[in-house]
Amino acid sequence: MSATQALSPAAEVEAPRRGIPPNLRPILVTIAIAAVVFFLAFLRTDGSGLILTQALVTGLLAGGVYGLVALGLTLIFGVLHIINFATGAFVTLGMYVTYVMSSNFGWNPYLTLIVSVPSLLLLGIAIQKFIINRAMGESHANTLLLTLGIGLLIENTLLLIFSGNPQSVRTSQDRVFNIFGAVATQSRLIAFIGAMVLALALFIMLQRTPIGTAIRAVASNPTGAKLVGINTKRIYIITFALGIACAGAAGTMVSPIVSITPVAGEVFNITAFVIVVLGGLGKVLGAVFGGLIVGLAEQFGGILFPDQSNLLGVFIVFVLILFLRPQGLFSSGS
Amino acid sequence: MSETLVQTVPSPLRKRRFFDSNIIALIVLVVLAFPLPLLLDQGQEAVAIRVLIFAMLGMSWNIMSGFGGMFSFGHAAYFGIGGYSSSILLVNFGISPWIGMVVGMGVAALYGVIVGWLCFRYKLRGTYFALATFAFAEMLRIIVQSADVVNSSVGYNVPLIQGSSWWLMQFPAGSPNYFWLGLGLMAACLLVTILFVRSKAGRFTVAIREDETAASSLGVPVLRYKLTTIALSGAIGAVAGVFYTQYYLFIDPELGFGAYRSIEAILIPVVGGIGTIWGPIVGSVLLAPLNDITAAILRNPPPFLDFLEGRTGLDVMLYAILIIVVILFLPKGVFGTIKEKVTKR
Repeated sequence: MSATQALSPAAEVEAPRRGIPPNLRPILVTIAIAAVVFFLAFLRTDGSGLILTQALVTGLLAGGVYGLVALGLTLIFGVLHIINFATGAFVTLGMYVTYVMSSNFGWNPYLTLIVSVPSLLLLGIAIQKFIINRAMGESHANTLLLTLGIGLLIENTLLLIFSGNPQSVRTSQDRVFNIFGAVATQSRLIAFIGAMVLALALFIMLQRTPIGTAIRAVASNPTGAKLVGINTKRIYIITFALGIACAGAAGTMVSPIVSITPVAGEVFNITAFVIVVLGGLGKVLGAVFGGLIVGLAEQFGGILFPDQSNLLGVFIVFVLILFLRPQGLFSSGS
Repeated sequence: MSETLVQTVPSPLRKRRFFDSNIIALIVLVVLAFPLPLLLDQGQEAVAIRVLIFAMLGMSWNIMSGFGGMFSFGHAAYFGIGGYSSSILLVNFGISPWIGMVVGMGVAALYGVIVGWLCFRYKLRGTYFALATFAFAEMLRIIVQSADVVNSSVGYNVPLIQGSSWWLMQFPAGSPNYFWLGLGLMAACLLVTILFVRSKAGRFTVAIREDETAASSLGVPVLRYKLTTIALSGAIGAVAGVFYTQYYLFIDPELGFGAYRSIEAILIPVVGGIGTIWGPIVGSVLLAPLNDITAAILRNPPPFLDFLEGRTGLDVMLYAILIIVVILFLPKGVFGTIKEKVTKR
């Protein structure tokens, strides 16, 4: 009834009506806005091409990792219809797994993926099975609050164990690459490429494997999926585990770049919401492209409002998207 | 249309006396709480005052999201606007926090109405509405954090005065007046909640929460009542912010507008009981002392918890566990569950 209606994204959002070609318009508008922003940034920097190239490169590289986190969030939303407020906490958890493995056992940080991903998968299975599955089908506020509680629990457990002092993961010499005059460190490049590879792997898994097909079936029609014999509760568990494993993997891959604190994942939480709304809730490719856009918005926001936090640009994009295209940039119509 | 409907349908609202059970309970609560500062030591009084601040913050969220059904993830905005309005006026112009409170209530209500109107104009509901309120509150925090006009990330210290003054809302540390002031404000907010819930506006608000289309087709001006509810909620949130600032004598962007404040505003009614008048009170009584209990444990841990000495994070861990347990086992909150059990019998 009304409860189930409220759960489906289509019932929550009604696209503002407009009578103009549906598919091309948002993309054209995005390009136009991007051009204006680029021009303003050009003026702001007194025509320094180098700063702009640097912003482009840094933005895209960061955006790839944001995209991977958002991919996990959008997957969970698409299938379970819950907004996972603990996403950032799982990113942080990935960072700490890497920190522990590399500082205590001297592992290469990127090698710790083989620990962080399986451990987050297991954690995800446990959380979904014993906590969230019990509250599935109740109001969306309840599941949202559950993930919020889980996020707070993880962050503060980490705070209790590792204290709030920033930690860092050592990598062997960080080489610097030159891309069209802009600099990109090796660790940022690896994080970007790793995130893209994992996103691609997940995408192929969703498209080509039986389990991926089952996940997509549950996402598009849970009742129908149940009728053809798919165990939806099991799919929920798998999806949640996969979703937070994305977050954990992203945490591992950025750990050489960031300073690791119990709240280091928060920024990924916020950007992931923005990206998921931008790309369309439940849209896998939208999350990846949305990630790149948000990475750029962050950098160019920093150029346009130099006194403000970089996140201001991200929030401005967020609010514009929420109001103007709540169904996402890449979905056609409602 | 709506007027005639309301008049022809016999409404229990019309027969009800002013002194219903909620008002009587409020009076009993105030009378019982009044002598507390004389019985408690200074540390316990600080906890009691935090209960009052929590209660106001929780009531504020409860009006908008509990009774109004509009899930807010950005209640820090109202709290921060209140605290900042009064401290800006007090520090820069020497204006009494009482006036600052009225200004803060007005600004918070206005902010709420603008954000709410924008959200409803663009038909945001459910999760999207929650994300939008979150985004606006975070934008406020970011802007305040870097705006020199409002001391950027430094925030405001309330200027200290000699002795005590009700007009400047400042008393010597540990004065029972702080508790009585907070109790008075809390009681006023609670009275407003009670009156709102049983008023026509309150009933329309609940009707809109239950079924917006039906309410609208019966002639209820949906948008107007939604915005009224948000404005009222924002004003109460601002009162909490002003009292907080005057008691702790300090506010900064993180304390005022931080996401954690928004989470607190949600936790209190969730633990107590969403959409019930007494839920936020019960929630604040349960949650506010947790901080001090855990702080005491961490300062001087019992032998088996030795390893925890001097660490932080335990208080929020307990909050988090509490919220998970409450949602799983008492989804209606502590007070909500008790109320349901009693009325079913």
